[in-house]
Amino acid sequence: MTTTHTVSTPTRAGTLGTNAHRPDGVAKVQGGFAFSSDMWSENMLWGATLRSPHPYAKIISIDDSAALAIDGVECVVTAQDVPGSPYYGLIMSDQPVFAAIGDTVRYCGEPIAAVAADHPETCKRALAAIRVVYEILTPVTNPQDCVSGIAPQIHPEGNVYRHQRIITGDQSIVGDVIVEGTYEIGMQDQAFLGLESALAIPDSGGEGLELYVATQWLHEDRKQIAACLNIPEDKIRLVLGGVGGAFGAREDISLQVHTCLLALKSGRPVRISYGREESFYGHVHRHPATIWMRHHADRNGKILKIESTMLFDGGAYCSTSPAVLINAITHTQGPYKCDNASVEGWAVRTNNPPCGAMRGFGVVQACFAHESQMEKLAAALGLSPVEIRLRNVMETGDRLITGQIMDSVAPVEQCIRETDAIAMPEPLLPNADIRQIPGGTGLTAQPGNIVRGVGWGVSMKNLMYSEGFDDYSTARCRMTDGVVSVKFATSEVGQGFTMLAQQIARTILGVDEVLLDTIDTQVGSAGSTSASRQTWMSGGAVKAACEKVLEDLFDHAALTFELSRDHVRIEETDIVDILSGRRIAVSEASKGISFDRTEEYHHPPTEDLDENGQGNCHVAFAFVAHRAVVDVDVELGLVKVVQIATAQDVGRILNPISVQGQVEGGIAQGLGLAVMEEIIVNDGKVRNPSFTDYLLPTFLDAPLVEMVLIEEFEPKSPLGAKGVGEPPCISVTPAIANAIRNATGRELPRVPIRPYDICL
Amino acid sequence: MSSETLGNEIYTLRVNGQDHQVKDAWIGESLLYVLRERLGLPGAKGACEQGECGSCTVVMDSQAVCSCLVMAAAAVDTEILTVEGLGENGSLTDIQQAFLAAGGVQCGFCTPGFIVAVHHLLDSNPEPSDDQIRESLSGNICRCTGYGRILEAVKIVISQRGA
Amino acid sequence: MRVAVLTPRSVDELVATLSEYPQASLLAGGTDLMVEVNLHGRQPGKVISLRRVEELHEWSHRTTQQTVTIGAAVPYSFMETGQIAELLPALAQAARTVGSPQIRAAGTLGGNLGTCSPAGDTLPVLAALNAVIHLLGPDGARDVPWPDFMLGVKKNCLEIGEFVHSITLPVVPGWQGYAKVGSRNAMVIATASTCLVRDTDEGLVTVALGSVGATIIRCTQSENWLAKTTSLRLGAQLDRTIAVEFGQRVASESKPIDDHRSTAEYRKHCVAILAQRLLMRSFE
Repeated sequence: MTTTHTVSTPTRAGTLGTNAHRPDGVAKVQGGFAFSSDMWSENMLWGATLRSPHPYAKIISIDDSAALAIDGVECVVTAQDVPGSPYYGLIMSDQPVFAAIGDTVRYCGEPIAAVAADHPETCKRALAAIRVVYEILTPVTNPQDCVSGIAPQIHPEGNVYRHQRIITGDQSIVGDVIVEGTYEIGMQDQAFLGLESALAIPDSGGEGLELYVATQWLHEDRKQIAACLNIPEDKIRLVLGGVGGAFGAREDISLQVHTCLLALKSGRPVRISYGREESFYGHVHRHPATIWMRHHADRNGKILKIESTMLFDGGAYCSTSPAVLINAITHTQGPYKCDNASVEGWAVRTNNPPCGAMRGFGVVQACFAHESQMEKLAAALGLSPVEIRLRNVMETGDRLITGQIMDSVAPVEQCIRETDAIAMPEPLLPNADIRQIPGGTGLTAQPGNIVRGVGWGVSMKNLMYSEGFDDYSTARCRMTDGVVSVKFATSEVGQGFTMLAQQIARTILGVDEVLLDTIDTQVGSAGSTSASRQTWMSGGAVKAACEKVLEDLFDHAALTFELSRDHVRIEETDIVDILSGRRIAVSEASKGISFDRTEEYHHPPTEDLDENGQGNCHVAFAFVAHRAVVDVDVELGLVKVVQIATAQDVGRILNPISVQGQVEGGIAQGLGLAVMEEIIVNDGKVRNPSFTDYLLPTFLDAPLVEMVLIEEFEPKSPLGAKGVGEPPCISVTPAIANAIRNATGRELPRVPIRPYDICL
Repeated sequence: MSSETLGNEIYTLRVNGQDHQVKDAWIGESLLYVLRERLGLPGAKGACEQGECGSCTVVMDSQAVCSCLVMAAAAVDTEILTVEGLGENGSLTDIQQAFLAAGGVQCGFCTPGFIVAVHHLLDSNPEPSDDQIRESLSGNICRCTGYGRILEAVKIVISQRGA
Repeated sequence: MRVAVLTPRSVDELVATLSEYPQASLLAGGTDLMVEVNLHGRQPGKVISLRRVEELHEWSHRTTQQTVTIGAAVPYSFMETGQIAELLPALAQAARTVGSPQIRAAGTLGGNLGTCSPAGDTLPVLAALNAVIHLLGPDGARDVPWPDFMLGVKKNCLEIGEFVHSITLPVVPGWQGYAKVGSRNAMVIATASTCLVRDTDEGLVTVALGSVGATIIRCTQSENWLAKTTSLRLGAQLDRTIAVEFGQRVASESKPIDDHRSTAEYRKHCVAILAQRLLMRSFE
């Protein structure tokens, strides 16, 4: 059931609810948009990073003399050049800027040194000339060993990032039907196209610098950089360089401090730009996880109890592992009612590549498990996948296993019914084009070899940060002589926030043109572009700042034009006094004035979880259902995802094409995890750090997507809209897995599903 | 870099109808590098350096190729077209407009490569089927859009041009 | 070190240039060389571009001998459609699966041969069609039948100063097909590949495998078994059980390994299925 919120139907181009134009769109299609890797400065040096080839080793010595002797090399920096904190990190400062002599490197790819030189090729040769002597140690690569305690400590802070239980309800309950499984999720990579790049320009006096960087959170970066450089934050200006996608991989700093160190030491601008291989080593990945789950249900299919253990391999450094784990375990139940649960989760440190934020943030892993379980429950009870879920759907007002009451709009049943109502795709024809069938132009299959399967996945996803974290946002709105400009530090990573900010300002202030100020640290923090939070939080901040300016404008207009202050409204581009009917154009009313308002937007506070995992730890939730249709060449195990049908709970559509883009893009990423994407790690070493062997879905892999967007206005959200970025990539993975299971009869407890999993 | 490694030759590349001289270059520089770092044409992007993503697509002697795999010094005597050379006097082509209208641009990193590839596709085949569009663009990776809005953009152009 | 790339304008000039600089890198499409430079630290010395050697960009069809000769610098995109594709359909199918459209516009058979990887997409086709590779060098020309060309992983028989001039393939009456397994539906390095040629005049089948051994594998034992077991001539029928056994025999001749892309077991399984399917297709 959709409730209609009374907002005047948008008629004006570029306001909320319309397909407004991207302010960066023209530059992007012409190739003139400046990504951080396009940034250039006079007198610039190139920088590059030396990384450990070993997953666990002690550094005995570092000799950079041969590198420094190469013509064109300007300087080398190592741990001893770090003036401030040697370590950084989002939650725990445990990650070295550079591994130092006498200390250990803890993952393959850990930075040891950086060089600045006149040409990227000179940098490559300089890196090859740096002699590092290692004492190779035996890496800890099995996360289970960190739980059992048999693994040696590989860091003074210990091998356990977080251990948390959730215990609620009656543990003695036993279901009429019990299903269980042990599920594995492989390490996915964000693989944004816009490779890491930063340009640091030192001040002439050397006391500070300017850093142009593609990142997700300018202020958090600045805080960590300042601590490492031992420079006050106000002497470091971070400017957002154009971001070519993020998906979580830019939440941790990677090259920021290195670039700054080279710039300060050389006294010249320095740019570091990663190549693809280095990018794979240079940022955190999605946590690989092993999840055991057991569902108890009554004979009508109602879930009685869920038990689970979850083990997340956080790799060598902490990043956001504790928060990822909490997200995972608190989403154990999925979008279903559950009164009784026992969950135990571990996030541990190993010598595997460090893991952290990736779109979905722990919920992807939990959802794969719980939706695989729902499939087993359905089979055990002889119910359809739709029916088993409908019998358990969560509703607003339900108590979660953490004790929190679900107070978000929760149209789970509607998501499922709307998805179910979407027409199935046409059956595969005997003369189908080769590009429509598994194997594609590889000509492996013919229609007779192919079996079709259908599968479901439904999920919930928390929005914003959790467990007491106040991830507020800030925005500044100015109206000067009729010209409106908005300033914020919100990272635009492609999701379209800069466009949304303009839409908000246009709608509230009744203007058509909204200028956007540089995105930098000259305004308060906007928090991270992650957790599906920016529409809500930064949208809320922009709204708040604009509304304050509007109040100022109304005050001024009422006085100047003798309007009734209590009865003025904006209608299209006019100020209207609804009492007298008088109408003054905003452009007229705002002549000669200047208003300037900066506002912070905070969400309601949340709580930590107690030792039983009880606490109101999340702010809000969004829901989505996916139905996947796949064709499988069962003899070869090749898969073509034919169609994804989805209904997503979006609250309110602020920009239709933008939402559509998030849904389709998220689905592609979830598809990647289901059938092709995995960082393969053996003994701590990455085997496939390139696009030849880390496979992203291409145009020929993309399915048809049919979507329904459910607009049930979320009253807690400043604009009524929920974040839409993460839900599309979460339950699509188990939907595809369930479809392949449906086609093949295989259990397939692990994603990504490999061809040999299907046919051997 | 030592003067031994950098050459003292000058070579000329013809890009978007104009001649550009390149000097003091290293022989291993790709066309992508030279366009971006020497000729002030940063439109083509590098996301993989091995021809697996298409972000660096340019047209060279009427073929759409990955400029990261073209040795710049060997591209003399060819006609090179980059995204910067598409619209006249800074105006948008119909393909560029369609990408914007259809929502085919999010982060934009893949966009120049796609725009060039689509120009090339429709120049050689004005009415491709959906499958032909997908196959012709299967060398261009997008991580943001899932390709749906991009397909839509191409179909809008085909329809407009056919009308 | 001069930056200028050497650009001979004829085959004779190329031979002379390569004699003068035998260690020089030959550059056609650049799709292998530049990956080495970009990613693997290769520092090119002398580079000889083949762009202006017209002869290497030509192809011909000799109707009496029923052969096709393709210049080493003809790009894959040219082989996907048109006359070459009609005469050599398996080659067209293989060319279509190389990399991406951008790669196919630049990559060449000469490159596939120069690199000589067991995963080279066109190489099983050359093997199944008994291609002859024409080499040129300072000591003149020599013709190398395919089995003598590829010696191992990324190892060919080219001597210093020699280059691939062209490749000659027969036009075979009957049916030919190629199939390649990969983990997504475009732009993949073959997990396993198979080319099968059925000559309905001679009543012979040849089958060659890629990515399942240090070299391309011609399954001569399976070929001989098949020829003895059932008629392969025009108009013959094929029993499905024979096709299944054929596939298993082909698989037993393969020598795949485990690597980060796939497993030996799966690769063996693939070639069994592909050989079976291709054989059955050849009778449809």
